Amino acid sequence: MRALTLEINGDEVRVAAPGHWTLLEVLRYSLGLTGSKQGCDKGDCGACTVLVDGQPVLSCLVPAALAEGKAITTIEGLAPAHRARGGAGADPVQEAFDACGALQCGFCQPGMMLSARALLDRDGRPDRETTRQALSGNLCRCTGYEQIYQAVEAAAVAEAGDAAPAGEAD
Amino acid sequence: MAARDRHGPDAPWGEFQVVGKRHRKVDGMDKATGRALYADDLSLPGMLHAKTLRSPHAHARIRSIDTSKAAALKGVHAVLTGADLPVKYGVIPWTPDENALATDKVRFIGDEVAAVAAVDEDTANAALELIEVDYELLPARLTPEEALANPEPPIHEDGKRRDNVSKHVELEFGELAAGFEQADLVLEGDYRFHGTTHAAIEPHCALAQATPDGRLTLWSSTQITHYVHRELARVLELDPTRIRVVQPNLGGAFGGKSDPFSLEFIVAKLAMITGRPVKLLWTREEVFYAHRGRHPMQLRYRTGAKEDGRITAVDAEILIDGGSYSSFGLVTTYYSGQLLTGPYDFPAYRFDSTRVFTNKPPCGPKRGHGSVQPRFAFESQLDEVAAALSIDPFEIRRRNFQGGDTETVNGQRITSNGFAACLDQVEAASGWRDRRGQLPRGRGLGVAGSMYISGTNYPIYPNHMPQAGIQIKLDRSGLATVFTGGNDIGQGSSSVVAYLVAEELGMKPEDVRVVAADTDLCPVDLGAYSSRVTFMVGNAAIDAARKLRRQIVTAVAERWEVDEARVRLVGGAAVDLEDAERGIPTRDAFHIAEERFDTLGATGSYNTPHLGGHYRGGTIGASPAYSFTAHVAEVTVDEETGRIACDKVWIAHDCGRALNPMLVAGQMEGSAYMGVAEALMEEHAVNRFGLHQGPNLLDYRIPTAVDTPELQALIVESIDPEGPYGAKEAGEGPLHPAIPAIANAVYDAVGIRLRELPFTPAKVLKALAEQRAREAASC
Repeated sequence: MRALTLEINGDEVRVAAPGHWTLLEVLRYSLGLTGSKQGCDKGDCGACTVLVDGQPVLSCLVPAALAEGKAITTIEGLAPAHRARGGAGADPVQEAFDACGALQCGFCQPGMMLSARALLDRDGRPDRETTRQALSGNLCRCTGYEQIYQAVEAAAVAEAGDAAPAGEAD
Repeated sequence: MAARDRHGPDAPWGEFQVVGKRHRKVDGMDKATGRALYADDLSLPGMLHAKTLRSPHAHARIRSIDTSKAAALKGVHAVLTGADLPVKYGVIPWTPDENALATDKVRFIGDEVAAVAAVDEDTANAALELIEVDYELLPARLTPEEALANPEPPIHEDGKRRDNVSKHVELEFGELAAGFEQADLVLEGDYRFHGTTHAAIEPHCALAQATPDGRLTLWSSTQITHYVHRELARVLELDPTRIRVVQPNLGGAFGGKSDPFSLEFIVAKLAMITGRPVKLLWTREEVFYAHRGRHPMQLRYRTGAKEDGRITAVDAEILIDGGSYSSFGLVTTYYSGQLLTGPYDFPAYRFDSTRVFTNKPPCGPKRGHGSVQPRFAFESQLDEVAAALSIDPFEIRRRNFQGGDTETVNGQRITSNGFAACLDQVEAASGWRDRRGQLPRGRGLGVAGSMYISGTNYPIYPNHMPQAGIQIKLDRSGLATVFTGGNDIGQGSSSVVAYLVAEELGMKPEDVRVVAADTDLCPVDLGAYSSRVTFMVGNAAIDAARKLRRQIVTAVAERWEVDEARVRLVGGAAVDLEDAERGIPTRDAFHIAEERFDTLGATGSYNTPHLGGHYRGGTIGASPAYSFTAHVAEVTVDEETGRIACDKVWIAHDCGRALNPMLVAGQMEGSAYMGVAEALMEEHAVNRFGLHQGPNLLDYRIPTAVDTPELQALIVESIDPEGPYGAKEAGEGPLHPAIPAIANAVYDAVGIRLRELPFTPAKVLKALAEQRAREAASC
């Protein structure tokens, strides 16, 4: 076992875990942060994507020890961070994914939404091709990606303060 | 029987309040925030972890297994072999040929022979290394031809047949010989469909807990809770009242979680032996071995047509590679022929389909079960017929359109049929008339159509009970809680139930909670397969809600001393149509109804009418309604590299009525994506030793965002007379035409016919070289 000190969703967390565990294993099985998913355990699918210092990273390929000293954001951290900034509801990316039908089985989407979050943090109004490229490391088996693109575009609009997420019923 | 009541497609109050509009899903925000729990997200105190040892041989007899060293390893709590689970199972009651762990033989590389429960996965894996298995190697049969030619020793030695034939079906309808005699043109062609798999992003996972008083709970990533419940009771020889099966959130399925799977029996047995909770999470590699994906098929089609393009006869001979076990194979074999008889009128039709066992991962139902392969072949051949007769591909499909309210040549009842409108939509949206034939060489457009079932008319095990049941309780808070056995696998079936109940009771969807797929809590539903859930669970939900609506309206009308016709439930309130001043919140209406009728609850159910042809197998393929689809695909073929890029797919789908058009569009786009993937990228295959050629998501190339074409969903609403408010399926039908539409677009682009899937650059280059050779020869 190895003692680790990790900064997760703004909190400093101390945890003991087997020395060979990945960040994903520590998040899921030591800390109960099961929002990060394991789809392949070898860096092919992107379901385990978290943000490390704001950049999307495959947590199944990162030894947990190498994540010490870095700011880690998981899907569980998005809405609280949005609220801490004075926002209402969930993060605009989460709201838009929900409003646009991008969440079918939802399994790949925590990783997808974090990649989308990182994209919007560096490019507030990405065009379709930029979005495709930015999300190409996250496999989705349900949607065919169209409603995901719509969600990213809706989130961008919402964050620009132009309007509420598109596609609401009322 | 109330279950057979026809609710009719009309809105309960004249105008839909919920149905037909975009709504969020009932579980959307849970999924958006990571709160939604999937099977592997669950853990219990004292939980052990299981792993299984898999065969390195494609075909072998097990002489002996020595598990003593594994059992002695510190941290190991139990070791299982086939002898511990001797009862065979299988989703189809007539063909139980699987054991959770091999009892006598292994039949493919990856077949399971032993299981270990240990304190953690590392210890379990270490224990597997200590298990010694003595195998007697047998010849591996890796193709259906090889398996048929060499039946000894048979892959299944205790079956009815010893010839490696899993199922054979031959059916003929109409006057076939006369049909071909009347034809002005007869085309014959051979087509090959390769193996593909579901590749849901969530790997299979199961967790079991057994208590000393003999109760067993299984949480499993299954799409058929009810059948798992039945098979667990049989295999574990437990009274089913002692077993509870729960499906947590499911991370995609597409048919790949619709068999009872070995891991479910293994964790249950290990939990019973150890007295501790046991979890087994398959690796991605293991998911590829579990497979149950699309059957490879070799299809020979002969189509006869008159000069005007009207089909006179169709004859098909199909060889199906089943892999090592039966799974749904009996149904697959029928579906390979039974589901082709629309949307076109076949005056005469024959199919002869043979499913053969091979020493490969078992095939099963994948989205569009059994009918995607023949649809590829037939729609490709129909395009050839059109070209040979110089008829536009749209025109030949219109001329052969069977229409609605009709019966197919194999005796299936067709009610609503929006196929003609589907053709119109994709023709217009794709700019077909202006663009086809006008694009530069290398770019092309292709069209194809299809039909699919909205549920199968008969349950997998014969019974006369309802196919779908619903229970609703109304709370004094104003909340409605709906209990459904329906499996929400991401398609949104729980949300659909909420919309329908909200519509009937004039509530907001967010005031309806749905409890699903828990055998202790929910009425039986048969599960998420054959695109049955919206149609059947939806009708059951309306049935139950309508009973409560009657009570509420009666009680409120009595209280107000007005005629019942004046009371309407709308938007979360009960209102008086003739007195705008009088209105109460739904909550108060519930109170009035509870005072009048006591505690408020209702059940509802749905069962199918008696349908199907009057011949053996005539009920397989019978459905209370059929969906229809047309696609146009646009492709670019690079003649240097042979690479085909699918640029866009226009998808028109007749879903009856779109209960939530956003969810319908999502199903259409996801289906088309999966079809494009099968056409151009994915292949599930083994090497010459039977070893999977790439059991991971890098080698099995599922499309990324960059690989996926632009997809445009065009919803067609034919309003089915028997669907819930007129709805039909949308989750499987829209996959079918993608593959032949691409094949036909490639022909338009560069003039080659691709009859073997997947359409790899090597095949394209070969076909182009043959084309050049033909052209040179004719000069």
